[in-house]
Amino acid sequence: MAETGRLTLPAARPLGLRLRPVTALRIAIIVAIVVVWEAVSASGLLYRDVVPSLVAIGKALYLTLRDASFYFHLAITAYEIGIAMVIGGLSGLAVGILLGGSKFLSRAFESFLYYLGPCPKIIFFPIMIMWFGVGPGSKVAMGAISCFFPVALNVAGGMREIDKVLIRVGRSFRANTWQMVTKIYLPAMRHPVINGVRLGLGVALIGTLLAETKLSNRGIGFLVIQAYSIFNMPQMYALLIILFVIAIGANTVIGRLGGLDALKRS
Amino acid sequence: MTAALAGNRYVPAAIGTGSLVVLLALIELLIRIGLINRFIVPMPSEIIAAFPRVITEENVLQRFLLTAGEAFSASILVTLFGVAGGVLLYRYYLLRLATETWVAAVAAAPLVLMYPLYLVIFGRSALTIVMMGFTAGLAPIILKTLEGLTATRRVLINVGRSFNLTPSQQFWKILFPAALPTIFVGLRLGLIFALINIVGVEFLINFGGLGQLINELAERYDLAGTYAAICFVILVSICVFILMERLERWLRPVD
Repeated sequence: MAETGRLTLPAARPLGLRLRPVTALRIAIIVAIVVVWEAVSASGLLYRDVVPSLVAIGKALYLTLRDASFYFHLAITAYEIGIAMVIGGLSGLAVGILLGGSKFLSRAFESFLYYLGPCPKIIFFPIMIMWFGVGPGSKVAMGAISCFFPVALNVAGGMREIDKVLIRVGRSFRANTWQMVTKIYLPAMRHPVINGVRLGLGVALIGTLLAETKLSNRGIGFLVIQAYSIFNMPQMYALLIILFVIAIGANTVIGRLGGLDALKRS
Repeated sequence: MTAALAGNRYVPAAIGTGSLVVLLALIELLIRIGLINRFIVPMPSEIIAAFPRVITEENVLQRFLLTAGEAFSASILVTLFGVAGGVLLYRYYLLRLATETWVAAVAAAPLVLMYPLYLVIFGRSALTIVMMGFTAGLAPIILKTLEGLTATRRVLINVGRSFNLTPSQQFWKILFPAALPTIFVGLRLGLIFALINIVGVEFLINFGGLGQLINELAERYDLAGTYAAICFVILVSICVFILMERLERWLRPVD
């Protein structure tokens, strides 16, 4: 009987009635986490500072956000990710359009992308260091490689989903390749492109930051590994919180943009 | 003409492989005539020649088994906790409403960046690597399990009810089998995330199996060996992906 009640709940109850218990539960979960965290922190069960007090983390967060050098490192990382997105995103877009536009090319080469896509990209870092040096170049390259695959695969998939009528309309107007790309392909597949960019940004961020943690003297990844090496745990937590907020925020914003696009289209 | 070629099963694949071979031959030629610095890019023939050396001298089998062991441990953990988490969120609707967006946010977060934190908590050991793989693979499995259970067709649930099944029977005989294909999509995703993170963290912390091999060879500036090891890891990863895909297809019921 409980089964019946549970299954009919989602459709039957108006949102207003559900809101309060949900909020209460969320608050309860957060409070429970805070209490357990503080208890573990105070108990000394783990090594000192492995689980620092939330007050210490909050203080580190405040100090980090007030520190001018943090914004210097943030700007370096943002610059690297931005360049990586431009290089990886544009090359992914071009390759995706080529593969999605030709059945032959897709069958010949797409399997390479499909299987290389999920491989751990960070293992290419030694090669990138040899090719582009230990500076920002190798981090940009890591971000670009990471970003390229999801963009290319999403664009190729999006190209195949385009309504054939639209393509025929473009051809009947004798549109050249550039006009076909800008007037037909890109507007028709903006949803998968935005989704590709969203996924690409996520992995570019990971690729760039991991490369910074491995070998760098600037950037947020460097700050994280520096906090680890001097055992400044509150700062490490603070940096991770900032990174997660930025990554999840960027993901949500781009996802919303994609959603709005779809809404307008419908 | 192109359409006819594309329609053929083997021609595009042969062209793809042939293009790769031509590209490698071109790189070899450019290195030999000195247009590409051989101290930055080793000749493909050198990389191929380095394979037996890397495999015999660098204990590749042992390293492979170590990485496979870590991946297996993470897979077991991630499957148990991921599926259980999905079922929990399905059974307690309020909990689902309260936490589903949190789980989705965690899935979007760059969790692998927590590896320095895990190093402090678990030490520079296989446990750090396993826990990193577990953390990375958990959210997609929870979400896909939940999606699979929620998408169970109402008619199937009604059939279960008409037979007066107990909640346990309803779950094991109706809900779980119906959700299994979607759960396996989640498992494939989660296990791939786990594997990527395991090899990545091995490389980053210079500990463990195949990831560490690349790091060690790079630090020794054994160029051909580094490239060969990277190729080896990619080949292993591709084999695992193909295997998982086959497994998923095999388990997916025919509609």
